[in-house]
Amino acid sequence: MAEEAIRTADPVRTGGLIELDGLERVFDVRRRTGPLRREKTRVRAVDGISFTVSRGEMVGYIGPNGAGKSTTVKMLTGILTPSGGRLRVAGIDPSRERTRLARRIGVVFGQRTTLWWDLPLIDSYRLMHRMYRIPDARYRQNLERCVELLDLGALLDVPVRQLSLGQRMRGDIAAALLHDPEVLYLDEPTIGLDVVSKAKVREFLRDLNAERATTVLLTTHDLTDIEHLCNRVMVIDHGRLVYDGTLTGLHAIAPGERILVVDLEHRLPPIEVAGARPVRVEGPRQWLAFPASASAAPIVAAIADGYPLVDLSVREPDIESVIARMYSERPAGPVRPRGSS
Amino acid sequence: MVRLYAVVAAGSFRRYATYRAATAAGVFTNTVFGFILAHTYTALWDERPGLGGYDLSQAVTYVWVCQALLMTCATMGGGFEDELVERIRTGDIAIDLHRPADPQLWWLARDLGRAAFHLLGRGAAPLLLGALAFDLALPASPLPWLAFAASVALGATVSFALRYLAALSAFWLMDGAGVLHFSWLAGMFFSGMLLPLTVFPGALGELARLLPWSSLLQIPVDVLLGKRTGWALVHAYAFQLGWAAVLLGAGRLLQSAATRRVVVQGG
Repeated sequence: MAEEAIRTADPVRTGGLIELDGLERVFDVRRRTGPLRREKTRVRAVDGISFTVSRGEMVGYIGPNGAGKSTTVKMLTGILTPSGGRLRVAGIDPSRERTRLARRIGVVFGQRTTLWWDLPLIDSYRLMHRMYRIPDARYRQNLERCVELLDLGALLDVPVRQLSLGQRMRGDIAAALLHDPEVLYLDEPTIGLDVVSKAKVREFLRDLNAERATTVLLTTHDLTDIEHLCNRVMVIDHGRLVYDGTLTGLHAIAPGERILVVDLEHRLPPIEVAGARPVRVEGPRQWLAFPASASAAPIVAAIADGYPLVDLSVREPDIESVIARMYSERPAGPVRPRGSS
Repeated sequence: MVRLYAVVAAGSFRRYATYRAATAAGVFTNTVFGFILAHTYTALWDERPGLGGYDLSQAVTYVWVCQALLMTCATMGGGFEDELVERIRTGDIAIDLHRPADPQLWWLARDLGRAAFHLLGRGAAPLLLGALAFDLALPASPLPWLAFAASVALGATVSFALRYLAALSAFWLMDGAGVLHFSWLAGMFFSGMLLPLTVFPGALGELARLLPWSSLLQIPVDVLLGKRTGWALVHAYAFQLGWAAVLLGAGRLLQSAATRRVVVQGG
């Protein structure tokens, strides 16, 4: 009900919940070039990005290190002021009204924690209760739901410093959601997590989006996150948006290859099977590449048939290789060196 | 608003309360230093009775109350500032800025919660031990104690404001350790921890008594010793309040400059 009131009080006039129009951020970087001389260079960390995200969308925001992802997210949350362009989140100019916006968004950093390190998890949630002025009933309801879905029941009385990385991550996600944010920014939410924890986090996020229509912007290095969660993916590189569309579409213009890592009983010459090509041999371990769009099953079956197979795993294409491939497939696209303008 | 910062302060209190071994070690240190300083003062006041306007019993009381307040007023550090500097250095400060809370009030609440714990956890025991071993000039009626408590609260606020300014320098220097060390050094001398500021003659003494650090130890102890009553007490409070207002105001200005130019470290 509180949510309804907020929405009517501040209607989003245009369609998008997040709107960027020619957003720019320039940093002046001073570099020592001599004992007394310093050279000032301008780095365009974000160089004219425009996009719109509608309410309820779940969008992957990906790119190599230093592409400008974090800089964009910092501007979206208002802790960094844009150098140029226009930016609105839920109708609010983030850097002007950071605190007002903060009540309506949730932020999770995979590598940092918002939780109170030395105190039991529940204390951090009580703090959120007061900080976001969450009505008591609403707080209890949301906490109960998060505790159930993120499996936090046994952890509430444990000091945060004693939690494992996966537990802490789940704790952080719950902390970001107690105040029913309309937008959730997730920065590498599955980094360093084991397979089971990753799956738990992804399942929770999917349900959250389905049930509450929470808009999610996800930055990640793990394309599997995107595959499981996002219908739409935006690729940023050198501060520019180089792709905006479906993941399937991205694979189509930058056909990735998956890698099959095969452990044999003993050293053998490179495996020869239809649909895959050997890329590396190291003792009894071999690496085979096959198109990301193809199924691994027939290849695995063929190898198991003809070779003394001990173990195998499949590696998904990483973001760097997808982006590298985008450029190699479309050599016409301008690749501008950093800080060239 | 108030409730949020009350929760923050209470959490901070409990956070320090969880480290019992550290508290016990601290009490031991304070007590040892109390004994060393009390004997030094005894030797000094035997030579120069009435030095700085204190008789021997008052001088020794001065030592023990200072030891009790040392951590409360974080005269030589040990408060929130290390953590804030570290958060600025690593970029964790970004998380703080994403909260719908004012950073200065947030850290003030945390530091006052800590100060309250240190007053009880680190202050009471050394003072009690000192009172058993020495003849202390502690007031018998509750009124001076209440006046003292108010002055300690103001002193803790001034101390916070000073350290907040020092810690924010990390936004520009990336490593605030140097500035913090300087601020602790200044605190150690100008708070009156080594010797009462009334002992110092001439311009240095005048200056030391006018600087904000005198709010940390010198003024609260004088209030407890009954050196400041009536209008002198009002004057003492006004002095502490004045510095708190000026320094907190400066902290706000520096904070808004810092967050405007913020270049958060790390991705």
